[in-house]
Amino acid sequence: MSAVEPRNPRLWTFHGGVHPEQHKAESTQLPIQPATLPSRLILPLHQHIGEPAEPMVTKGDRVLKGQMIARASGYVSAPVHAPTSGTVVDIDDYPIPHPSGMSAPSIVIEPDGADTWIEHQGIERYQDLDPSVLRNHIREAGIVGLGGAGFPTSVKLNPGHIKSIDTLILNGAECEPYITCDDVLMRERADEIISGLKIVAHALQAKEAVIGIEDNKPAALEAMHKAVAGIDNMRVAQVPTIYPSGDSKLLAKILTGKEVPSNKLSLHIGLTCINVGTTYAVHRAVHYGEPLLTRIVTVTGGAVGRQCNVEALLGTPMSDLIAQCGGDPDRLASLIMGGPMMGFAVHRTDVPVIKTTNCILAAAKADLARSRPVMPCIRCGACVEACPVNLLPQQLYWFAKNREFDKVQKYDLFDCIECGCCSYVCPSNIPLVQYFRFAKGDIWVQEREKEKAGIARRRHEARLQRLAREKAEREARRQQKKSALDATAAADAGKERAQTQMQAAVERAEGRRAAAMEQAEKRRAGVDAGPGTDPERKHEA
Amino acid sequence: MSEYLLILVSTILVNNFVLVKFLGLCPFMGVSRKLETAIGMSLATTFVLTLSAVCSYLVNTYLLAPFGIEYLRTIAFILVIAAVVQFTEMVIHKTSPLLYQVLGIFLPLITTNCAVLGVALLNVQQEHGFIQTTLYGFGASIGFSMVLILFAAMRERIAAADVPVAFRGPAIALVTAGLMSLAFMGFSGLVRA
Amino acid sequence: MLAAVLALTALAATFGLTLGYAAIRFKVEGDPLVDKIDALLPQTQCGQCGFPGCRPYAMAIAKGEADINQCPPGGEATIRALADLLDRDPKPLNPEHGQIKPKMVAVIDERRCIGCTLCIQACPVDAIVGAPKQMHTVVAQECTGCDLCVAPCPVDCIEMVPLQQSIRTWQWPYPEQKAVGSAT
Repeated sequence: MSAVEPRNPRLWTFHGGVHPEQHKAESTQLPIQPATLPSRLILPLHQHIGEPAEPMVTKGDRVLKGQMIARASGYVSAPVHAPTSGTVVDIDDYPIPHPSGMSAPSIVIEPDGADTWIEHQGIERYQDLDPSVLRNHIREAGIVGLGGAGFPTSVKLNPGHIKSIDTLILNGAECEPYITCDDVLMRERADEIISGLKIVAHALQAKEAVIGIEDNKPAALEAMHKAVAGIDNMRVAQVPTIYPSGDSKLLAKILTGKEVPSNKLSLHIGLTCINVGTTYAVHRAVHYGEPLLTRIVTVTGGAVGRQCNVEALLGTPMSDLIAQCGGDPDRLASLIMGGPMMGFAVHRTDVPVIKTTNCILAAAKADLARSRPVMPCIRCGACVEACPVNLLPQQLYWFAKNREFDKVQKYDLFDCIECGCCSYVCPSNIPLVQYFRFAKGDIWVQEREKEKAGIARRRHEARLQRLAREKAEREARRQQKKSALDATAAADAGKERAQTQMQAAVERAEGRRAAAMEQAEKRRAGVDAGPGTDPERKHEA
Repeated sequence: MSEYLLILVSTILVNNFVLVKFLGLCPFMGVSRKLETAIGMSLATTFVLTLSAVCSYLVNTYLLAPFGIEYLRTIAFILVIAAVVQFTEMVIHKTSPLLYQVLGIFLPLITTNCAVLGVALLNVQQEHGFIQTTLYGFGASIGFSMVLILFAAMRERIAAADVPVAFRGPAIALVTAGLMSLAFMGFSGLVRA
Repeated sequence: MLAAVLALTALAATFGLTLGYAAIRFKVEGDPLVDKIDALLPQTQCGQCGFPGCRPYAMAIAKGEADINQCPPGGEATIRALADLLDRDPKPLNPEHGQIKPKMVAVIDERRCIGCTLCIQACPVDAIVGAPKQMHTVVAQECTGCDLCVAPCPVDCIEMVPLQQSIRTWQWPYPEQKAVGSAT
């Protein structure tokens, strides 16, 4: 059925976009080169979106190729595997490719050269598996989005209750200049990619799959057309070459005409987009049980003698790759990870290749654009014409410059995909994307601080309540003691009074007895004195 | 019917109270820094203007005129306006304390807003009937609100822009107001009245 | 003459009664503005603004007794937010009340702590854990860096250390400013 289908079904366009010089021919002259084994491999624990992985090995452990050396931590996370057999020589902070130039926890492995695989096995019939088991297998293989974002694939393949997937889009657009890793992968391994695509389509229960490939890749188009021939619900769509058609939301617009609403995901309109490299990795994981250990990296730029694509082991220092491709360190002006539009310069050449390294651009001085001075904004609106996401970069610039973060959010700053089209066309050479990144960062920081302040306020109020309560308790106890004391005092006073009364009574009784006894004595004295003695006259004597 | 429409067009555009008659400039400059404040102020002034226009008309027609004490007009109108403003203040304080705080001194200053007294006196001078008075007052307040909101929106943009040091703050605001006024004077001759 | 006096008196009386009724009907209890201001303050409860805590400072701002630029832990962002809320001009931090410093946390040197609980009583957010004659320690996550525990300690065992920056707290910096021919 696909044989008679028109090669170019209906396509839509997006607003703006630019046409930079492609520089793709330089690195597609050679087939995919195998990588030479480096002297050591540095594997950062955080090569993906989500929580960093947790190490499972310790210094000195011997590991086998494909062995899991760090487990995923939490739902949105991915494990890390040993790309070859060897010994773990260190687990510490090492320089990683990041625009900040900082280091991050990594596991360093010294290969032993034997390349011994751990026991591994593919799945016979994945179609019979429960989708969650299939997803778990993909998760355990450490597969993340290889298009550059690094989102854990097992999470992406779980649309949950949000919606069913109508269209699965395979992203073979590769719009950024210089980068050709997806191109050569499609040329050489189209069948494996389609095999992976079938697995992904099954996991998502997608109704159809469309493969988007830019028209500057005729060989890849040919190969992929052949690979999908005869498959009912899969087709290849040739899209016009324009940057940034490789962005997942924009490619979705081109292929289906549907736009993802602001602040939502493609998922919410029944679409999912996946990269060809990721799909290939899914194929290897499910059919052969191989975790993600290598990836195709484009090594290009004027400072490299033999520009080509290398199937590099993860953790290979970039300097090793450049050396393998005939790199000239003297001519190296800047080492960029990624492409000239969205890539960033790394601060040292020995940082490792990670899961999201699609290209290393060893730029010579001649490659870099002449550094032109930044001039004031003339409000020409060229940036607005170029923005593919229909934002107003000029207004965002003014607000970000003035740090008016409320307004910047009202103008949908967080929908900006940081593609760089606006900076590319700005006649005043204003680094617009830098302003937007700064604004986004600052807004996130402010939100975090607000949360912290809220917690601090609640703690302070709780403390004030505690102090008040303790004071009240102390007061209550004091009152109680006082009343107890008063009660005893009253009791004591009563006792004393009773005692005094008793004493008086006793004294009175004593007095009476004494008096009575005296009288008795006198009478006896009178009797003894003999008769005649008048007791009444006793006092006369 | 067309007479009423005429009154509205005239007060809102052609003879705009702020930009053509130059009345009510104090809140125009003072409250136009933020759009939300400007909207709050516009609503307050609309309420006060319309209500005081109507009350002034009633006082003039049924109290001052019959007893021949028109010479008390100014005092009586000010009394009406002050009472209405005071009432509005209390309502705003209750319903939106933030707006109350933000408007600050400008809320009681609506009493001295010459546009409010101006509308009341102009109504008498032009011998308007009851409906015309109401429409005149309402139209004047709509014109005031529209201009205030436009100006506030412009000032928000200017606040973020690259203004030369000598012009920053009130200076560029006044220049902008002048340019707006020039623009609005283009409406003169719109209605042959 | 009489008519004038009576007319004005009548007018004044009517309005007076209406306003009197309105004053009772629209009586305002409390001050919700204070809550809005308090929500913008950093809640360090450090007292550098001159008030015993963030809520008293918020109340003072609402009453008009304090200016908006007295909070060093809040920094530029808080001054800006307060200016925005109250429709005033933002101004630089008042140096009388302190300088803007990087975020700090308190750390107790456990070798020197004598277990006197004076710091526990001083901490406004109860971020210090301990008991008399037992070891005291600061719960770093809850510490706001307010500095109030350092003074009461009789053996000077509390130190303020700057918060560690990591890749997860790193943010893109403000782009370089020097534009050719610009006014700023």
